[in-house]
Amino acid sequence: MGDVTDARELASRAATRVARESYGKLVAFLAAPGRDVPGAEDALSEAFAAALENWPARGVPENPEGWLVVAARRRMLDAARRRHGAATVSGALAMIGEELAAAADSTAPIPDRRLALMFACAHPAIDEAIRAPLMLQTILGLDAAAIASAFLVSPAAMGQRLARAKAKIKLAAVPFRIPEADELAERLGAVLEAIYAAFAHGWAEAFADDPRGRNLAEEAIWLGRVVVALAPEEPEALGLLALMLYADSRRAARRDSSGRYVPLSEQDPALWSEAAIVEAEAALRIAGAKSRPGRFQLEAAIQSAHASRRRSGVTDWPAIATLYDALFALTGSPVVAVNRAVAVANAHGAAAGLRLLESAGAAAQLDGYQSYWAAKADLQARIGDAGAADSYRRAIGLESDQASRAFLLGRLSAL
Amino acid sequence: MQYLLMIHSDEAAMQQARKEDVQGMMAAYGAYTQAMKEAGVYLGGERLHPSSNATVVRMQNGKTSVLNGPYAEVKEQLGGYYVIEAADLDAAIGWAARCPGAQFGAIEVRPIWAM
Repeated sequence: MGDVTDARELASRAATRVARESYGKLVAFLAAPGRDVPGAEDALSEAFAAALENWPARGVPENPEGWLVVAARRRMLDAARRRHGAATVSGALAMIGEELAAAADSTAPIPDRRLALMFACAHPAIDEAIRAPLMLQTILGLDAAAIASAFLVSPAAMGQRLARAKAKIKLAAVPFRIPEADELAERLGAVLEAIYAAFAHGWAEAFADDPRGRNLAEEAIWLGRVVVALAPEEPEALGLLALMLYADSRRAARRDSSGRYVPLSEQDPALWSEAAIVEAEAALRIAGAKSRPGRFQLEAAIQSAHASRRRSGVTDWPAIATLYDALFALTGSPVVAVNRAVAVANAHGAAAGLRLLESAGAAAQLDGYQSYWAAKADLQARIGDAGAADSYRRAIGLESDQASRAFLLGRLSAL
Repeated sequence: MQYLLMIHSDEAAMQQARKEDVQGMMAAYGAYTQAMKEAGVYLGGERLHPSSNATVVRMQNGKTSVLNGPYAEVKEQLGGYYVIEAADLDAAIGWAARCPGAQFGAIEVRPIWAM
């Protein structure tokens, strides 16, 4: 009895581990020949179910990935026969059969096409808003409901959008390919943007009471590591990984013991994760050595400057303001404009920062942007401007996070 | 994979174009079509008369309705098309980008439903 339980436990643990580590690799490998992501996902989930039935009795196979590929391939061929009739399996499918058979028979590792799949997910022909969800689903196997909650849309709508994007990949033949050097940087940018979007959604959610949010940020870091491992020469991939790790290093410090929001400037650096910071610094250093700066490297450099407060005890605001100047020149983003104004305020005085913030607000119509009002309120309060109360109210009205709202209400009543 | 490249362009601007520009455009299209043929990509293609020559036909409640003009009154109208054979969407986009019409209008790339 104990042996049976042990075997089942062992098999289930092995299947879970392969699912975690190999899911995206197997989807990418199975889907690539026919660009058939839904077909690969369905076949793979059936193969995992078969593994849970089969492995406890017969033992975990020596090459679990190969076993799963054989099982999934059989199901894909069956599905194709059902669609096309028993006799005719089209040329493309015959090709899938041969390629997968070769891979499954050999003990050689399954080729890793995850990066190619990520490039398909972030292809310019795919709607920008669905790229991050698509990667989370195809590479990590997250279900539509989990993704939907992080992206604040209904599970049904998310499922529909994911299905539409996968249909386009297949029907329009969006290639699973790592682009040539001349367009690699631009196309990789879209992949990195999507990963960062996943991270940002996970991060925002991390403080809502949903434990899934925390997961999404972690999963995005994992995707970042995959890209770095598969494209080690790309400094922006390293920059993104460093940026996410710096943010992650401060997770424990962002809330006090009673769950209240703590802004970066008031955080206790002793609560920051040393391990995450060390890894981030290393990634950023390797990126910097390649002398090809970019948006994510600059953002990571800003976080690195913040992180050095744990050694020096002070924040080098003039250096941060200079980095924000460069970042704003590169991106022109309104989010960056707000952060830049805050950095200038800390480096050169609240009045100077407020002037910069107001001109950014006028230029980019930031009226509906919560961070603009929160920053403006803070700077107005610092110089004793009577408009601070109004700005706090605007910021509070636009805030969706409970703890941040409480923080702003506290500031307002302290005026 | 087969794709339809639909060339949408501003008809008014085309009609006002200078004669030498039109000739240049025709020469560019000739060279483009030739390049497609030599690459083994070209399956077909035609230029269309302006949309003022279009007629829209519907069958509604058993009655035929015939309307003068194009299906949709938009600034950029379908002015011509190519049918091409390409390995994947990137290859099709590559050919769409080379189309002389891409400089003045928009090329819509649509995969053809294989029967």
